Amino acid sequence: MKAKGKAWRFGDDVNTDEIIPARHLNTFDPDELAMHCMEDADPEFMKKIAPGDIIVAGKNFGCGSSREHAPIAIKAARISCVIADSYARIFYRNSINIGLPIVESAEAAKGIAEGDVIEVDFDTGKIVNHTQKREYAARPFPPFMQDLIAKGGLMNKVKSELAGGNH
Amino acid sequence: MGMTITEKILAAHSGRQTVEPGDLIEARVDLVLGNDITAPIAIKEFRELGIKNVFDPEGVALIPDHFTPNKDIKSAEQVKILRDFAREFGIVHFYDVGRVGVEHALLPELGLTRPGMLIIGADSHTCTYGAMGAFATGVGSTDMAAAMATGKAWFKVPESIRFVYRGKLNPYVNGKDLILHTIGDIGVDGALYMAMEFTGEAIDGLSLEGRLTMANMAIEAGGKNGIFRPDEKTVEYVKTRSRRPYTVYESDTDARYADVREYDASRIEPLVAFPHLPENVKPAREAGVEIDQVVIGSCTNGRIEDLREAAAILKNRKAHRNIRLIIIPATQEIYRRAMDEGLLEIFIQAEAAVSAPTCGPCLGGHMGILAEGERCLATTNRNFVGRMGHPKSEVYLAGPAVAAASAVLGRIAHPDELR
Repeated sequence: MKAKGKAWRFGDDVNTDEIIPARHLNTFDPDELAMHCMEDADPEFMKKIAPGDIIVAGKNFGCGSSREHAPIAIKAARISCVIADSYARIFYRNSINIGLPIVESAEAAKGIAEGDVIEVDFDTGKIVNHTQKREYAARPFPPFMQDLIAKGGLMNKVKSELAGGNH
Repeated sequence: MGMTITEKILAAHSGRQTVEPGDLIEARVDLVLGNDITAPIAIKEFRELGIKNVFDPEGVALIPDHFTPNKDIKSAEQVKILRDFAREFGIVHFYDVGRVGVEHALLPELGLTRPGMLIIGADSHTCTYGAMGAFATGVGSTDMAAAMATGKAWFKVPESIRFVYRGKLNPYVNGKDLILHTIGDIGVDGALYMAMEFTGEAIDGLSLEGRLTMANMAIEAGGKNGIFRPDEKTVEYVKTRSRRPYTVYESDTDARYADVREYDASRIEPLVAFPHLPENVKPAREAGVEIDQVVIGSCTNGRIEDLREAAAILKNRKAHRNIRLIIIPATQEIYRRAMDEGLLEIFIQAEAAVSAPTCGPCLGGHMGILAEGERCLATTNRNFVGRMGHPKSEVYLAGPAVAAASAVLGRIAHPDELR
């Protein structure tokens, strides 16, 4: 699986209140949430992006609340991938569980400039910066999480376990 | 090699003798909780599995506390999803308006969080229950759904950092100041993916409520969980509230820690976290910031001890004429005790608005939203951009004593100024 799009840069410690402010949490409809994606970090974000674009951020992306609405909003906004130096743990877990592609790479997080055209190969962990003609390596997922991703997220895994009498 | 309290609880719940940091385990959960924001997604996912029962009707808690009493039609619809599900699946611990409280104040009060338990909740402040000597951590709605179905969740066993607080606390210094000091020291990702274990003389002297405040904010340092060794205070609290069994674990003397940080608690003074991160900590004495609103409440500092601390300062005083003072007892029981002890009288004399239990303003939900450019000092846990309202408003975090004194003075201040 691959993702390709234009990079939109954010800083360190982007929290889930910025990704999807709580004033919009009286719904869990993905399309409605997407309309407000990144609203308190950049109010113009949704007007600027195109499907497939990529969010690039610094350390501790997604810190704060456990709201799954944050990765849901990003996914429904048709962001194809998030690249960050590091992730807050609940956001990381939620993204894997719902199938939002995220990768960790300190060098990519540092090297990519706003507007660069980026391609991510999830199978090899290779991140290509077409604008700067550079390549970065993403930190590989542990095997347990690769399995979870391959099974299509946590609920699909639970479904197959329940069906297999593995409960 | 010995184990930490966190490792022991995770080992016991995954059928192992020992676990080590980095191990991926599937563990049995004792309690799964969700609220009116997170549970609707979990319920939708659970229903898609098409199964007839949750793993344990007493092991699921549904607490619609965030927008309670319902602030608008959409929030009312969300709570209805919880209510309908609770009725259909026989969920024992569903609490509606008039009974509901802020989840992390309510569940300990109901005796549902006990030493040695493994608790997950679709709310990041689930880590609060570590104060009881439980392993408790926040997850998302999907993890909640899976655990409601299977009674299990997967975890990476975290490394532990040991925080040692030596010496005695100064006047007006409490759990909030200790945890703000700690986050100020290690930063908002200083304990990322790790267990924060709180120990030392100052912790032994701290009430259970002060410990709940500290464990509550472990997530603000990126922690997976915050945890305390259960002592006689914990046991006494649990025994008065539950007849269910519990297990006291404590860390071995040769347990392994990724880091040990020692603080001299006697040098910590009342603190304030400035916008827009909880790590931006300064002494309240040096703040000098004029404010528009003060909120005393939340899962961090909305318990009876917090209200007593605020009342001691507000007694025979009034909130500054430029200040809107909002006080929110975190549960109905706390509300009633505040009434019985005469605290509500003091608050209303001080011209505070006293609200029914709700998370409300803490997350910019309702009951005290900020306009552009306004500043609020709150006893809550997050001061992110736009957290309590307009993206150009500001939130400052402190304990109840600083909050009460600041309400009187109209600016952030050390309570000493009123002596």
